[in-house]
Amino acid sequence: MSWFVKTIWSTSVGRKLVMALTGLFLCTFLAVHLAGNLQLLKQDEGYAFNKYAVFMTSNPLIKTTSYLLYASIIGHAVWGIVLTIKNKKARPQGYAYQNESVSSVWASRNMGILGTILLVFIVAHMGDFWREYHEYGTSTPMETKTYIDEKGETVVYKDLYHEVVETYENIWMVLFYVASMVAVGFHLCHGFKSGFQTLGVNHPKYLPVINSVAFIFWGIIPAGFALIPLYIYFNHI
Amino acid sequence: MNLTLKVWRQKDASSAGKMVTYPAQNISPDMSFLEMIDVVNEGLVKKGEEPIAFDHDCREGICGMCSMFINGRPHGPKQGITTCQLHMRSFKDGDTISIEPWRAKAFPVVKDLVVDRSAFDRIIQAGGYVSVNTGVTIDANAIPIAKDIADEAFDAATCIGCGACVAACKNASAMLFLSAKVSQLALLPQGQVERDKRVERMIDQMEDEGFGSCTNTGACSAECPKEIGQHHIARLNREFITAKISSSNK
Repeated sequence: MSWFVKTIWSTSVGRKLVMALTGLFLCTFLAVHLAGNLQLLKQDEGYAFNKYAVFMTSNPLIKTTSYLLYASIIGHAVWGIVLTIKNKKARPQGYAYQNESVSSVWASRNMGILGTILLVFIVAHMGDFWREYHEYGTSTPMETKTYIDEKGETVVYKDLYHEVVETYENIWMVLFYVASMVAVGFHLCHGFKSGFQTLGVNHPKYLPVINSVAFIFWGIIPAGFALIPLYIYFNHI
Repeated sequence: MNLTLKVWRQKDASSAGKMVTYPAQNISPDMSFLEMIDVVNEGLVKKGEEPIAFDHDCREGICGMCSMFINGRPHGPKQGITTCQLHMRSFKDGDTISIEPWRAKAFPVVKDLVVDRSAFDRIIQAGGYVSVNTGVTIDANAIPIAKDIADEAFDAATCIGCGACVAACKNASAMLFLSAKVSQLALLPQGQVERDKRVERMIDQMEDEGFGSCTNTGACSAECPKEIGQHHIARLNREFITAKISSSNK
């Protein structure tokens, strides 16, 4: 498979393919993650959300996919850094004056900066919830909550819901989260369509479909994410 | 018209350059941009100074030689034209105009505004051709090609290799140039024999020349004097993926 390694590592188009495939896979994760998070809005003291958290951390298929997800985040970041360094080297001396805004949009020129913001957010976000839920390096186990399920049986779940609500009662955490979702929006405003272009999917027949789906990913999904901490904050002050 | 020019002056490839300010006086709005530089150069020669070196040839927008980065954009402020087709009526009296050479590692400055674009020639040599034995003249319609395919191939073939795409791209990527050549030959029956080898070799050569990679900003198409579209880059990507998966090249 040496040709394969050579393609994805040492050709620019190959490296771009890695960016496109990992990026689009991360987009599908966003949709699934939002569907889960929306259960935070249910008025059930966190029953649905905490049950969902158990499913997400115990289902074998989901667990396998999660490893692919971690690999995609790391791969997307590493390949992104390699590409950015190589691209900077392609123009050792810049222009004294360059008018870039007439020929390209801001987000498309700043994917590296936006991506760095997102990486910081992902690390902080996983430190807040993912690490606490898995109890990696935490001094006390996460609190649990007892519910009566649909069948009338008593169930005990780790109370991630409480953790989330407590976090987003802090206005600074809310602002950090919302700002990060704005960065997601800008990143995907270029990234989603760019991924398809790199895969060679660009045709008058299906470009309108890609553009419509792109709006869901750069507009609706980040807005959906951002609304949840705002909802929690304004419901608990 | 009276203008102020800020021009990149560089003695040779190994010297450091700098922006130098020159007045451009009594310029007719009907002059082309290159004619305006000619007038300024005449003044410099009369004063015993070194004239500004710049590339030019046909002066009718088809050779791809002129290559000036004017007011922060390749070929200046107008859409779909080369520097030689830009006229001074596009500027206002009293304007200050900045003029720089194309900036890319793969396009080293030779002198002032002249850059060495032979990297493009080497990319073409790597695969941008069709090998056929020449014999007697073949009838023009011996190989039927659908009108829309011929048009699409022709659109790609309008690339004059000026390098504005590289100059405009934040990564100094040559993907639009490459895509125009690959697209043109991939669409036509004559280009099928070397189809896989072509795209692989041309992309390898592009890497070796030190061009950056495409991040799909679209700046190249927006600044291309022949308005070659982004869909050609998508086709190049498809050609590359197909070649990598299905060709016998290792």
